[in-house]
Formats: sequence, C-alpha cells, structure tokens
Amino acid sequence: MDAIILQILNGLDKGSAYALIALGLTLIFGTLGVVNFAHGALFMLGAFCAVTLNGILTISHTVIDETRTDFLGNPLKVEVPYIYDIFGETLGASIIDWSVPLAILFAIPVMILIGVIMERGLIKFFYKRPHADQILVTFGLAIVLQEIIKYFYGANPIPTPAPEAFIGSFDFGQLIGFDANTIIYPYWRLVYFGFAMIIITGVFAFLQFTTFGMVVRAGMADRETVQLLGINIDKRFTLMFGLAAAVAGLAGVMYTPINSPNYHMGMDFLVLSFVVVVVGGMGSLPGAVLAGFLLGILESFASMGAVIDLIPGINQVIIYLVAIVILLTRPRGLMGRKGVMEE
Amino acid sequence: MLGLNKKDFSLLLIVALLTMLAPFILNPFPEGSELAQFNAGYPDLMQRFVIFGIFAIGFNILFGLTGYLSFGHAAFLGVGSYAGVWMMKLLTMNVIPAILVSVIVAGLFSILIGYISLRRSGIYFSILTLAFAQMSFALAYSVLTPLTGGETGLQLSLNDPRIIGTSVTESGSIPVTHLFGLEMRDSFELEMGAWLFTFNAGYYVCAVVLLVAFYIAIRIFRSPFGMMLRAVKSNQQRMKYTGLNPKPYTLAAFVISGMYAGLAGGLMVSMDPLAGAERMFWTASGEVVLMTILGGAGTLIGPILGAGMIKYMENILSKINSTILHEWFAFMPDGIEDLLVTLVYPFIGKGWHLTLGIIFMLVVIFLPGGLVEGGQRIARLFRRKKEEPKGPDPEHHPKPAPHVAE
Repeated sequence: MDAIILQILNGLDKGSAYALIALGLTLIFGTLGVVNFAHGALFMLGAFCAVTLNGILTISHTVIDETRTDFLGNPLKVEVPYIYDIFGETLGASIIDWSVPLAILFAIPVMILIGVIMERGLIKFFYKRPHADQILVTFGLAIVLQEIIKYFYGANPIPTPAPEAFIGSFDFGQLIGFDANTIIYPYWRLVYFGFAMIIITGVFAFLQFTTFGMVVRAGMADRETVQLLGINIDKRFTLMFGLAAAVAGLAGVMYTPINSPNYHMGMDFLVLSFVVVVVGGMGSLPGAVLAGFLLGILESFASMGAVIDLIPGINQVIIYLVAIVILLTRPRGLMGRKGVMEE
Repeated sequence: MLGLNKKDFSLLLIVALLTMLAPFILNPFPEGSELAQFNAGYPDLMQRFVIFGIFAIGFNILFGLTGYLSFGHAAFLGVGSYAGVWMMKLLTMNVIPAILVSVIVAGLFSILIGYISLRRSGIYFSILTLAFAQMSFALAYSVLTPLTGGETGLQLSLNDPRIIGTSVTESGSIPVTHLFGLEMRDSFELEMGAWLFTFNAGYYVCAVVLLVAFYIAIRIFRSPFGMMLRAVKSNQQRMKYTGLNPKPYTLAAFVISGMYAGLAGGLMVSMDPLAGAERMFWTASGEVVLMTILGGAGTLIGPILGAGMIKYMENILSKINSTILHEWFAFMPDGIEDLLVTLVYPFIGKGWHLTLGIIFMLVVIFLPGGLVEGGQRIARLFRRKKEEPKGPDPEHHPKPAPHVAE
C-alpha cells in the first residue's frame, strides 16, 4: 500500500508538468485550431525566465572589505549583489533565495508577450494552411528558439535551486499513518503539484466564470456565429494563445528546481505532451489534464522494480504503448469531442 | 529511354552525372587554399550525401505523394542498420546480403507499423508513428541490448561466427566490408595541379544504389500507382466514392518508403559497420522531414537536394569558427570587423542549427514547394517574356450545345 502511494506521489510532479503543457496545447488547438510544435520551446523559455531572473538578481559589483584580508594580506574583495545595496543584506539574500517563485511574476508578462508576438507574427498566417504545414513551421520555430537559448546560455544544464525552505524531503507516510521512512517525498514536488493544481483550476475558472472566458468558449464552439454577434474573436483568441504560452512558461519556471534547465528540455517534454493530448482527446481541456496525470502516474508505476522484473523495459515504453492502445480503441481519445480533427 | 519520358530521362541523367562526378564537383577549391574548408569531396561526407538522399527519396514517396506525415521514419533506418550489422557478423562481410536483409527486415517492420498506424490519419498518424519509433528507440537502448548492443551500439568483434569468410584477418584485425573483394574503404586519389580528388569505392557503390533508387522513384511517381497515391492525398473521400480502397495503396507507399529507409540503413553500415540506437531517435526522423520539405516535398529531385544541403551545412558550416571569420573580414576596419563577426557568429559553427531552423521556416512560409519551387520561380522570371498568354483551352471550354427546346 505504501509503495503504491509512493508511486502515485512520484507520478504527480511529472504528471503535473505533462498536464500543464497539454492544457496549453489543447487551449491553442481548441481556440485557433493550430497544432503547435513549438509549445515545448515555450516550456523551455519559461524555465529560462527563472534562470534569467536569478542571473539579474545576482548581478554584483566588487567591494573591498577592509576588515578582512585574503591569503596575501591584501584587503579582501567581495562580490556584493546590487540587490543587497537596495534592500539590505538579509532581505536581499532572501529575495535571491526565492528567485524561482519570484520568477513566476517575471514570467507571466514575458510569456504572454512572447505568445502574442508568436501568434500575430507567425501563426496567424497559417490558419488556412494544412495541419502538416502548421506542424512544420512551429517545428522550425522550436528549433530556432532552442538554438537562440543555446547561444545565450550554453548547452549545459544550469542548476537553479528552490528556496532553502523547500529543499529536502519530509516523511509523508508518517503524516497519514504509515511507518516512518516508507514514503519520503521532496517538498518541492509537492509545491509543484499544488502550483499545477492552482493554475489548472485558475484556467478552468477563468474560462467558466468570466465573460471573457464565456466568449472564448462560445468561439471554440462556433467561431462564425460569435463573429456575427459583433465580437472580435480573433483578438480574444490571440490573448488565449498568450495565456497558453504563460501556462507552459509557468510550468517551466517551477520545474527548474526539479530538473536543471537545458536548451533541449522543451523537445523532450513536447513529444510526451503530444502523446498526452492525443490520449486525452484532441481539443478536450479536462481530457488533457486527466491524461497528463494518468500517464505521469502510470510511468512512475512502470518504473517500480517489481514491474520491471515482470516486464523488462516497460518503464521506457509504457506511455507510447498506452497511446497506441488508446488511439486504436478509442480514436477520439479519453474525452475527445466529436468532429475534432477527424478527416 | 528506360520507360521514361524525355524530361524524366534527362533528370535521371543529370542526377547520374552529378553523383558520378561528385568528387570533382564537390572539390572546387584547390588543396591548401583558404577556401579548401568548403570542399565537401571527401568520401565520408559524399557517402552521407547519397545515403541520406536515398532516405529522403523514400520518405518523399510517402509524404510527398500521400501527404501522410510520418514522424518515426528513422526507426526503419535503425532497424535496417541492425539487420545489416547482424548479417556481417553472422554471414559475410560482403555488402550485398547485408543490404538485402536490411531492406527486407525494414520492409517487414514497416508492414507491421504501417498496418497499425494507417488506421488513423492526420496528426494521429504522426503521433502513432512517433510513438512506435520512440518505443523502438527505448527498447533498443534497454531490453533488446543483446540484439542491439544497447548504449555502445552494435559493432563487429573479433569472435564473430562469420560463416562465409573469416572472423579475423591474418593480421589479427576485424575484416572490412567489401563487394566481392572490392573493399569499401578503397580510394583512388587523383592529383591535378593544386587539386586533389578522391574516388572512393564505397561512395560509388552508394551512388549506383542511389541511381537505382531514384529510377524506381521516378517510375513510381509516373505510374498509375503513383496517381492513386496522389488521389489519397487530394481527396480520400472522393476516392472511396469511386469505388477504390485507399488503404492498400497507402500501406504499399508506407512499406516502400520503409524499405528505402532500410536500404539507407544497410548502406550506412556497409560503409561503417556500426549501428547505434540514436539513429532511431525522433530527432533523426525530424531530420528527414526537414530534408524533404527543404528540398521540395512531392518533387523528384527535391529530397536529394534537401539531404545534400542539410548534410553540407552539418559538416561544413559547423566547422567555421570565429578565428576563420576574423580572417574573412580582416580587410575591414577593426570596429566593423568585430561587429560583423559578432553578427555572423551565432549563425555558423556550432550555431548552424539556428541557420537551418530559420531557412526551414522561411521555406515553409514562403516556398511550400521547397528549393525546387524556388528554382522554378527564378526560372520563370527569366522565361516570362517568351510565354504568350494562352487563350482558353478548347478542350475545357466546349461550345455550348444548341438548345433543344425553346
């Protein structure tokens, strides 16, 4: 039992990332009808927002500390981040420590801006072209974004730690009445899961309870009629693209402490996220979230030692296997709507 | 000639000339000169041009004709490579059986995957092929290690039980691949003044195979079968209404292109008997998509051009570093020199992928027909004046029938 709970928990953080990326992909597909292969790159850009903010906060200048000396007897030169000068040493240090959560605030406007520029500057011209062309041009864009990041940040992963308060693990098992040391779970993964849940709830609430969301949903159902009512649906869809980019970006920001970001992390996630979207059902938002968590948890179960002994290699292929089975038995995916992407 | 019309035959002839004279064409700069780094006429790279050309031709038969975008084609190349190396380990170092078995195994594998994947179309088909390829990659890396060599890849060793031929040469090393005694690595070097041309046996084997593959592709494009595949692309619904089942045609196209990929894999291991799982990774599948689109999907020569261009960029453009750039711009004043180098540097050397991505995007946006369409447009610009606007085609504008009843 404790092993099962542990695997479910282990699956949650990856599942959260899948769910968030798949949610954004589905938002874009549902509103604009575009298959966005650059979505993984947006996830990666989000992660590098966190790296950038960390870099900005730690910009330092050299101060000569007269009270201490280095090994040659000269006054010691100390690197002092500018932020210490502005906010004082204690507050400055904790701002740097909390740079990853702070990057959320930084990433939201940046990612929305990137999303809107992407849509207005490129994707707009591809609505009337075949899906294959959309896949190809966004695939090209993903390569370009990836290479730009590689040029500025190098090819090596950049470790970006979580705030000190969340480093380490806690004994989750003891909390719910199991023996000690059976279910050990890192704090940050729990934070990530909670964060993902907040974002997902937020997106659904936004679509469900605001006028803007209502118009967008109406536009997803029937674009022409909404336009006939005198609503500029294109403008709203552009903003939805920005929102989807922000969701992917935030998923990336918060993922940095779990996996040090590198320039190709987006591509790694993209392939799996597409599988998730297809399993969930093209164009279905709840389907994307459900499939994201489901596949994340399945993947973690498949990597249990007992399961691997039973079916060797299953942990490597489980997601694809599930996708193949679902696509062949339930062509619309778990919760796909009728008439979406059916030729 | 050869059952081709005049235009196709001249195309075949052009490709034949280009491949046969490649050692000259790709080495236009004298040895030791500053521009010699742009020479692509060394055997290793020339072989790669041709092999990836075959791969892309095969991919084009599927994507260019039927419009099915497979994102897992590298799996067939990988399977073909493994099969080829196994033939060399077990049977003989002659490349013919290795290549044949590669093609057959890749063909069988593609029947299996094609049969399942082709039950869906559009993006679902892409995802299914991607899923199968990634599965093959993951399995080759982990569980199938006894068959595939896992992370180190499958290579020849000194104790291979080779039935025909010896497992160890007299000098105690692993024998090399050959075609009835003609060693693949044999080269003949021709020195002409400052120029050095290398004629490699392996390259010419590949080139001949490319010509055969290209010829078959032309025949497929011009056959009634090719017409059916185009029908699949333009409107499956209508095809079904006329009483034709598109499925067997698409599956046949899938298997043929899988066999082309297997052929490329077989040739690859014939030149260098080593097969690794990374050949099946999805980026490798993405690369052949790039090649085909860049050159021009649905055109005959496009995929070869695309493959050549990408491999050239990968091997030549990526070698240029900032020192070389500084040398080029040395005639400029210092400030401008530095500025130019800074501006150009991100696009070359290690950043060649960026250039590739940008070119690819531009091609998809402005030239959906790829480089071939670009060439045609330029040609049309020069030819425009000659062509008089034609009147309406009499066949398509029949005279209105006389009224029968008032």
